[in-house]
Amino acid sequence: MTLISAEHLSKIYRRGNEDVKALNDVSLQIERGETVAVVGPSGSGKTTFVNILGCLDNPTAGTLTVDGTAIFKDGNTLSEKKLTLIRRKLFGYVFQKFFLIPTLTVRENILLPSVFDADFAADDKRAAELAEMLGVAHRLNHLPAELSGGEMQRVAIARALIGKPQVLVADEPTGNLDSKRTEEIKELLLNLNKQERLTIIVVTHNLEFAKTADRILTISDGRIAE
Amino acid sequence: MNLLTLAFKNLERRKLRTAFTIVGIALSSWVLVTLLGFNQGYKNALNRDIEGMGFQIVLTAKGCPYEAATLMLKGGTGLRYMPESLYPEIQNAPEVAQTTPMIMHAEFDPYKGENGGTTVFLGIDAATYPAMKPYFKFLSGGWFSAPNAREIVMGYEAAELEQREVGDAYLLPGSEQEFTVAGILQRTGTQDDGMIFLPLQTLQETFNKKGVLTMIGIRLKNDVNTADFEGQLYKIPDVQVVSMAQVRNTIVSLVTSAKIIVMSVAAIAFLIAVFGVLNTVLMSVFERYQEIGILKSMGALPKHIFMLIWTETVLLCASGSLAGIAFSYLFASVSERLIRAFLPFAPHGNLIELTPNLLIFSFLAITLTGIFGGLLPAIKAAKIRPLEAIRSENT
Ligand SMILES: Nc1ncnc2c1ncn2[C@@H]1O[C@H](COP(=O)(O)OP(=O)(O)OP(=O)(O)O)[C@@H](O)[C@H]1O
Ligand SMILES: [Mg+2]
Repeated sequence: MTLISAEHLSKIYRRGNEDVKALNDVSLQIERGETVAVVGPSGSGKTTFVNILGCLDNPTAGTLTVDGTAIFKDGNTLSEKKLTLIRRKLFGYVFQKFFLIPTLTVRENILLPSVFDADFAADDKRAAELAEMLGVAHRLNHLPAELSGGEMQRVAIARALIGKPQVLVADEPTGNLDSKRTEEIKELLLNLNKQERLTIIVVTHNLEFAKTADRILTISDGRIAE
Repeated sequence: MNLLTLAFKNLERRKLRTAFTIVGIALSSWVLVTLLGFNQGYKNALNRDIEGMGFQIVLTAKGCPYEAATLMLKGGTGLRYMPESLYPEIQNAPEVAQTTPMIMHAEFDPYKGENGGTTVFLGIDAATYPAMKPYFKFLSGGWFSAPNAREIVMGYEAAELEQREVGDAYLLPGSEQEFTVAGILQRTGTQDDGMIFLPLQTLQETFNKKGVLTMIGIRLKNDVNTADFEGQLYKIPDVQVVSMAQVRNTIVSLVTSAKIIVMSVAAIAFLIAVFGVLNTVLMSVFERYQEIGILKSMGALPKHIFMLIWTETVLLCASGSLAGIAFSYLFASVSERLIRAFLPFAPHGNLIELTPNLLIFSFLAITLTGIFGGLLPAIKAAKIRPLEAIRSENT
């Protein structure tokens, strides 16, 4: 079943008098439960691409449909509020930086999204389960400063998953980690994909990591190179 | 966890900065509360002091009116005298209800305090004076046994300073004569507490002031127009008429100019503190630019971010003003001493009155300023787009 459907997506940035085509007429479909690795040289448009797929950025042209809802269509986009609600419901994001709040414990950081969503009361049980699954259960009452980089990224992943999203968008999640931690995060994401049937879109420079995905998309000059 | 906890935790992140901001607000609200309290307290204290004089009009020998005013309230040197023969004339005027003659004498006492000091003696008539001061109560003893007795009555503070009790001997400075303490008054909260009273006649004899008076206290009958009667008194040569209303106005106008300066200082202090808070919060918004974007990607709506930042501002202002109010309570006596040092004339009793209304008003004023000032950074933060977070990461 198709979860994300993109048709003729383009993104043009204006830089001075020059137009930068960061994304050039890209179309693709992502199935529910699929893992997609996005690779390509620096500046090729990977971040632009996944931000649009993840409804964080709007394309200059093209159509994006997620879970049956038209997000962008011919230059029209949903209101910021509707976009927020869709992000809340469908997406979890992980970035290269962890963005943990230093004065909150690991548990509180994981539960942070619940502060903004009256519909899901802080679910301690799920937080504990996720921490268990991600191997940071023994750290729940610690502050971020007491964790290793790998552990911080696991907490960030748990935070992205607390709202039970369907899609995890991860832009270079292991960019700040050494190869051993990268390996661990890779295993974790694969497990999550199997256990929670989570759709994963991950940008990575690590080819080992990319090879484990169902599909590898190589981006070059704003296009998908097969 | 909710927004309030999150706001708290955010303030905790920069403990020192938060602390400094709160201290800034606290100091300025201390100044504000103290000055507002002073505004209230001063007038009341002055009125108490003036009512404590017990007479509406005082007739003194001619001299500078300010000197006369301070002289009466504080006691002073450079005294002038008028002939005692004036007294019956005043006493028998039809408008007058009561009168009392007084003579003041100031003497340098080398044994007073560390470096010596001036003691003020008031010669009074025990027959008429107490009626003017119905609130005088004796701690022990009573008025003089005879109009020429070698006795003194001490005000509460004077007795405390000299450590005398009724029956003790008192060596009258400047006369080398021994007097007996006949009575000690209870505290009145007026300038009388520091006074030493002698029988009028005794003082005149002891200090060679026979036949002269310093002042005559006058209380008028109820239906008499004070201003008219004052006009009449002015016809007497070489005297000066000081009505209490006049004294009050003179002092109030002296103090008002001082007060305006102080109030502007308070206003400036207040503004500085508010800008300090705004600066702190704006800075913390800029610092958390990416993070706020991330919060939005997590599902935070503009209203959530708005509330979060706004709450932080209001928390800063509210806790600062609470601390400031606590300060002003705890250090009221320090502030009082500071203010006294600045004033041209400070009445007795509490100068700073911290009423619950005043405290609530100050708290609300500062918190409301925070509420309005906090709008700006909160709106700014609410407008941050989630994409910013991810974008600034790439640069
Ligand atoms: N806000 C922007 N304004 C102008 N140009 C931009 C902007 N964001 C990205 N670009 C340009 O768009 C192109 C694609 O950028 P993008 O960040 O998507 O690349 P990337 O593949 O993620 O690179 P990297 O591997 O370095 O993260 C680049 O040429 C970049 O300079
Ligand atoms: Mg990128």
